[in-house]
Amino acid sequence: MARAVTPRRKALNTVVAWVIGLIIFFPIMWIFILSFKTEGSAILPPLDVLRSSWTFENYGVVQDRSDYFKYFGNSVVLAFGSTLLGLIIAVPAAWAMAFVPSRRTKDILMWMLSTKMLPAVGVLYPIYLLFIKLGILDSRIGLTIVLMLINLPIIIWMLYTYFREIPGEILEAARMDGANLREEVLYVLTPMAIPGIASTVLLNVILAWNEAFWTLNLTAANAAPLTAFIASYSSPEGLFYAKLSAASVMAIAPILIMGWFSQKQLVRGLTFGAVK
Amino acid sequence: MKLKQTLLAASAMALVTASGALAQTITVATVNNGDMIRMQGYTDQFTEATGIGVEWVTLEENVLRQRVTTDISTKGGQFDIMTIGMYETPIWGANGWLVPLDDLSAEYDAADILPAMRGGLSHEGTLYAAPFYGESSMVMYRTDLMDKAGLEMPEAPSWEFIREAAAAMTDRDNDINGICLRGKAGWGEGGAFITVTGNSFGARWFDEDWNAQFDQPEWKEALTFFVDMMSESGPAGYSTNGFNENLSLFQQGKCGMWIDATVAASFVTNPNESSVADKVGFALAPNKDGIEKRSNWLWAWALAIPAGTQKEEAAKAFIEWATSKEYIELVAANEGWANVPPGTRTSLYENPEYQKVPFAKMTLDSINAADPTNPTVKPVPYVGVQFVAIPEFAGIATEVSQEFSAVYAGQQTVDEALAKAQALTTDAMEAAGY
Repeated sequence: MARAVTPRRKALNTVVAWVIGLIIFFPIMWIFILSFKTEGSAILPPLDVLRSSWTFENYGVVQDRSDYFKYFGNSVVLAFGSTLLGLIIAVPAAWAMAFVPSRRTKDILMWMLSTKMLPAVGVLYPIYLLFIKLGILDSRIGLTIVLMLINLPIIIWMLYTYFREIPGEILEAARMDGANLREEVLYVLTPMAIPGIASTVLLNVILAWNEAFWTLNLTAANAAPLTAFIASYSSPEGLFYAKLSAASVMAIAPILIMGWFSQKQLVRGLTFGAVK
Repeated sequence: MKLKQTLLAASAMALVTASGALAQTITVATVNNGDMIRMQGYTDQFTEATGIGVEWVTLEENVLRQRVTTDISTKGGQFDIMTIGMYETPIWGANGWLVPLDDLSAEYDAADILPAMRGGLSHEGTLYAAPFYGESSMVMYRTDLMDKAGLEMPEAPSWEFIREAAAAMTDRDNDINGICLRGKAGWGEGGAFITVTGNSFGARWFDEDWNAQFDQPEWKEALTFFVDMMSESGPAGYSTNGFNENLSLFQQGKCGMWIDATVAASFVTNPNESSVADKVGFALAPNKDGIEKRSNWLWAWALAIPAGTQKEEAAKAFIEWATSKEYIELVAANEGWANVPPGTRTSLYENPEYQKVPFAKMTLDSINAADPTNPTVKPVPYVGVQFVAIPEFAGIATEVSQEFSAVYAGQQTVDEALAKAQALTTDAMEAAGY
C-alpha cells in the first residue's frame, strides 16, 4: 500500500526540491548573469553585481575575437559523430551479450568498464604518437574515434541493461517468421529499444560535448570544439570573468537546451534498471 | 551512411577552401593575456604585408603549457610558433627542440632586447625565443591609505617597512587588508612568490651540489616572516589567493599593498576596471635589511619556433614582425603608449613618450634588478629567479608550494612544512639522478 502523503508534507518536499534544484543550478545562472555585465562590475560583491548595468558587449567581443560557429560545428560533428559510430558498434555487442551470453559475458562487461578507470593522461603520449603516425592529429575523424572509444563502455552498458528487459521470445518469434540476424536486430530489436537508444544517445552526446581532455590535447586550429573555445578565455593573469562567462554560455547553451527538451528520456536512461 | 558521407564531404570542402585561400599559413599557439589578444587584432596587417596567413590557437596558460610540451616532445608538428616562458626556453633550447634565433635580420636589432630578457631566453649564449612581453614584480600601494597611516613609501622599501606599513594600513572594520600576497599552491602562483621572498632573505633552492636547502635558517626566517605578516595584515583565506584573486581585492579597494607582476599596473590604474585607479603608487619589491637581493622576479612570454616545422622562414618573419620596434610603434599609434607590450626593448625605455607612462620606470628598474644567473646571495647551480630551470622543477615546486599553502591555511607549522619540503625535494632530485 502506498504511504499517505499529507498536503503539508508535499509542500515541504516541493520547497526542499526547489531549494536543492536552485543550489545546483546557481553556478549556471551566475555565469549567465555575469555574461551581461562589464569586466569591472563582474568582480563586485554579488549584490552590487545584480545592481550594476546590463550589457550585450561581451557577446559581441567574443564573436569578434573567435569564430564561434567553427567551434560549434566541430562540437556538433564530434558529439553526434562519436555517438553514432559508438551505436553502430554497441548495438550488435549489446545484443550478443544480452541474448546469447557466454560464461565470460559478465567479465567482459567489467573489463570494458575498467577501461574507464584509467586516468586519461596515462595514455596521452601513446595516443598522441599514434595520431602522429596516422596523420590524424587535429582532425575531426581522429577525435571522433577517440571520443567514441571513451564512451563505448557506457553505451554498451546502457544498451545491454535495456536489451535485457526485452523478452527474448519476441526475437525468437521473429526468427521463426524467417527474419535473419540483420533483420532481427534492425527491424525487431531496435524499434522496441528506441526509448533506451534515445536516452543512450542523449547522454553520450552530452558526455562527448563536454569532454575537455582529449578535445584540448589532440586539437589545434582545425578540429577544436567548444571546450577549446572556452579555454581560450580563461587566464591566470587578468580578470576576464565577463567574457569567460559569455563564452561559457555560448558553449553550453545548445546542449543545455537539448537537455531541457529531452529531460524525461534522460532521467529514464539514467535511472533505468535502478528499481525492479 | 548518407549523413556520414555528407559530413565527410563537408569537412573536406571546408579544408580545401581554407588551405587554398593563402599561399602559406602558420599556426601560433598562445596564451590569453591582454597583449597577446591585442596582437591578434593586428595580424591582418602582417598578412597583407607578407601574404602569410596566421591561425591562432589561444589557450589558458596551464593548458597551453601541457599542450605544447606534448607536441614538441613528440615532434607532433601542430604549431609553427609557440608562446613559451623563461622556464621552458633554456630547457627546450638545450634539448634541441627549438630553432635558434641567431640569424634575425639587421633591421630587427636583436641587440636592443633588454639584457636580462636575452639572458633568460638563451642557452649557452644562443637566443631561442624572442620576448614579446616581459615583466618583473613590484609593490603597488594605495597612496591615500599610506598618507592616512602617516607613512611614506621609499622607492626601495625593506620587508620590515612593508610589514610595519601593512599593520598600520589594516582596518578590519572597513574590510581593508594591509597587504595582499599570493598563497595559492602551484609553482607559478604562490611557489613563485615564496621563492623570490626566499631570495630576498638569502635563501636558495639548491647549493652548488644540487642539495635541497629547506633545512637552512634562511628559509625558516623567510617563511616565518611571510606567515606572521599575512596573519597580522593579510586577507582571510589567503592560502587560496593567486594573481586574479588579489587583483580583484585590490581593484575593489580592499588591499593597502599588493606585491605582484608589473603587468598588473595597467589593470589597477585603469579607471574602467579599478575603483582605486587614481590612488596607486609603485615601489621596488622589498628585501630584508642587509640582503642585497630584492624579491622581484623576471618573466617573459616569448615566441619560439619548434625544430622540425616546415614553415621556419614564415615563422621567423612573423616573430620579427611581432617583437619588432615597429610593432610597438603600431600599437602606440593606435592605442597609446600605456598599452604597448612592455619589458622587452631598451629603445622603448629611452623613448620620451613612454617615459611619461607612470609605471614605465619602475618596471624597467624591477627588470634590471633581477638576475637569472645569480638570483640570490649565495651561489647556485641553476638559472632562474622565481624558478629553477630544470625539467623536474615544476613538479617539485608544485608539491613544495602545496606544503607551504597548508601552513598558510593553518594546517601545519613552518617547521613541519620545511621538513617535508626538504624530504620531497631530496627524494625527487635523487630519483632524477642529481
